[in-house]
Amino acid sequence: MQKQKELLKVTDLKQYFPIKGGILGRTVNHVKAVDGVSFTVYEGETLSIVGESGCGKSTTGRAILRLDEPTSGEVEFDGKNLLAYNKREMNKNRKNMQIIFQDPYASINPRHTVRQILTEAMEIQNSVPKNERNDRVIELMETVGLGPHQADRLPHEFSGGQRQRIGIARALSVNPQLIIADEAVSALDVSIQAQVINLLKKLQREFKLTYLFISHDLGVVRHISDRIIVMYLGKIVEIADKKSLFDNTMHPYTTALLSAIPSTDMDKKKERIILKGDVPSPIDPPKGCRFHTRCPFATDLCRTETPELRKADGMLDGHMAACHYMEDIKSGKHQPTTV
Amino acid sequence: MSQSTEHIENTRTAIKPPNPRFKNWRLVYRKLKKNKSAMVGGFLILFLIIVAIIGPYFTPYQPDTQDMLNKLQPPSGDNWLGTDNFGRDIFSRIIHGTNLTLIVGFFSVLLGGAVGVLIGIFAGYYGGRTDSILMRLMDILLAFPSILLALAIVTVLGGSLQNVIIAVAISSVPVFARIVRGSTLSVKKLEYIDAMRALGASDARIIFKHIFPNITSPIIVQATLNIATAILSASGLSFLGLGAQPPTPEWGAMLSDGRNYLYNAPHVALFPGLAIVLVVLAFNMLGDGLRDAFDPKTKE
Repeated sequence: MQKQKELLKVTDLKQYFPIKGGILGRTVNHVKAVDGVSFTVYEGETLSIVGESGCGKSTTGRAILRLDEPTSGEVEFDGKNLLAYNKREMNKNRKNMQIIFQDPYASINPRHTVRQILTEAMEIQNSVPKNERNDRVIELMETVGLGPHQADRLPHEFSGGQRQRIGIARALSVNPQLIIADEAVSALDVSIQAQVINLLKKLQREFKLTYLFISHDLGVVRHISDRIIVMYLGKIVEIADKKSLFDNTMHPYTTALLSAIPSTDMDKKKERIILKGDVPSPIDPPKGCRFHTRCPFATDLCRTETPELRKADGMLDGHMAACHYMEDIKSGKHQPTTV
Repeated sequence: MSQSTEHIENTRTAIKPPNPRFKNWRLVYRKLKKNKSAMVGGFLILFLIIVAIIGPYFTPYQPDTQDMLNKLQPPSGDNWLGTDNFGRDIFSRIIHGTNLTLIVGFFSVLLGGAVGVLIGIFAGYYGGRTDSILMRLMDILLAFPSILLALAIVTVLGGSLQNVIIAVAISSVPVFARIVRGSTLSVKKLEYIDAMRALGASDARIIFKHIFPNITSPIIVQATLNIATAILSASGLSFLGLGAQPPTPEWGAMLSDGRNYLYNAPHVALFPGLAIVLVVLAFNMLGDGLRDAFDPKTKE
């Protein structure tokens, strides 16, 4: 494995949202949306975060960009701690990292033309000299697959896929190094999804972009990622390169998640693991391993002690999972405790 | 060959669709046009504006010319709407009073709206403590009936048309602040605001270039409806003698003058009263129509 440059390093990131209550509006409790997440994104790779709704994957993305101020933790970008910046310094540095949103209908201002949208982005960051901005708009539009004659149209004249391209062009207009794609293709038709994903891949090659790809769609994630993080209830349960995660799944939650991918292979009868119950509330997450309420392998140890992310025998470098029994489950020594 | 493609290119630019920026407004206008009462209200307002501007040059009498021999005359060929207790022509006075009424309506709403919109946007955008403090202040203002509040303010400031405008403006501030705060909250949540923040846009840029243009329709509707309320409050204050001072031909003041002769010469109070009703009705009809037209849920 070659030594890659660390572009983004997240350490023990926590995002607690206060719940106000009572007459005085005091904080009565917290939603622990992200509870101690650490990972590193290397330059030029695509790191995906997957998990079901409410597991904190989007919150992680937003906290990195400080769209919501994280409660605690460290976010280092290119060796500099972003959370130490004041508002002005942060705004200056925002050109290095951009975000693409899920909903192409809500993510662009309906009253601005494509030209205005892209020019404004360049104007804010002053990334392109004034007299070159018009040429750059056309260039960007062509890069994302839109025609220059569409520059003066308003968002409602475009389809969802085209709007998403506008969103991508806006993100590119400030020449970022890192792009956080927050469910960037989830709202699109499957055929359009493929187009946008291929566009993202093409852009990555062309501009040496690094992606933090947040999604719940394992098919898409499998297609685009180099490495994958699986999150459950605000914590990372498994982190691995794509091949290891799919071929050498360690965590019971990941196994259950992967078993949900529809397969076209008729011969291979897959066992569906259906988890019982719902995801517990992030306001009062279960003690010990957060997955123990739904895990078929759970024991008393799981209910009391929180497992740390660790590497077991037979796992490749960089592959880690947070389960007390992962070796035993893998070898068949530890059988499901519940039926 | 090249000529023919050039030709196609030319026709394409020739039938270029109209500027899409006005498409939304055109849609609103199309819906509005279907609404009879809104159109009646709109044209009535247009008519009143024209009367206010050019009417004073065409009145048969000056508004303050007294003719004590012909006082309290009922409507006739000479005095279309009769004369008041000083023998002044009521028709001429109403025409001269039109611009006063409209000015009070427009300016008090403009002033109150501007302040209210700013307070609402700041409260909604910054949230938290800013929001609590500003909105509790608005709640205090809102707790008083607007006419009572205006009355109190005019009493403090002293009675004059200018102070009436200020008083009515202050009493309409909380209404705007509330509506704008709500709209700001809903627009603020949209992802394009987050996108602007991710680009490093300043708060001022986000507020004025991205939030404000997207909350104009409720503001326009509220402003139209509020003009009616403002005119009514202003007339009310003048009726109580706290607004326009005699001999200003203000409709509320005229109504108040006529009150003493209600039995013998009802027309003195009747016509200014009808004029007030007409203006308020017109603004209300237009405002209601605009509200329906701006509502995306109502079909054409």
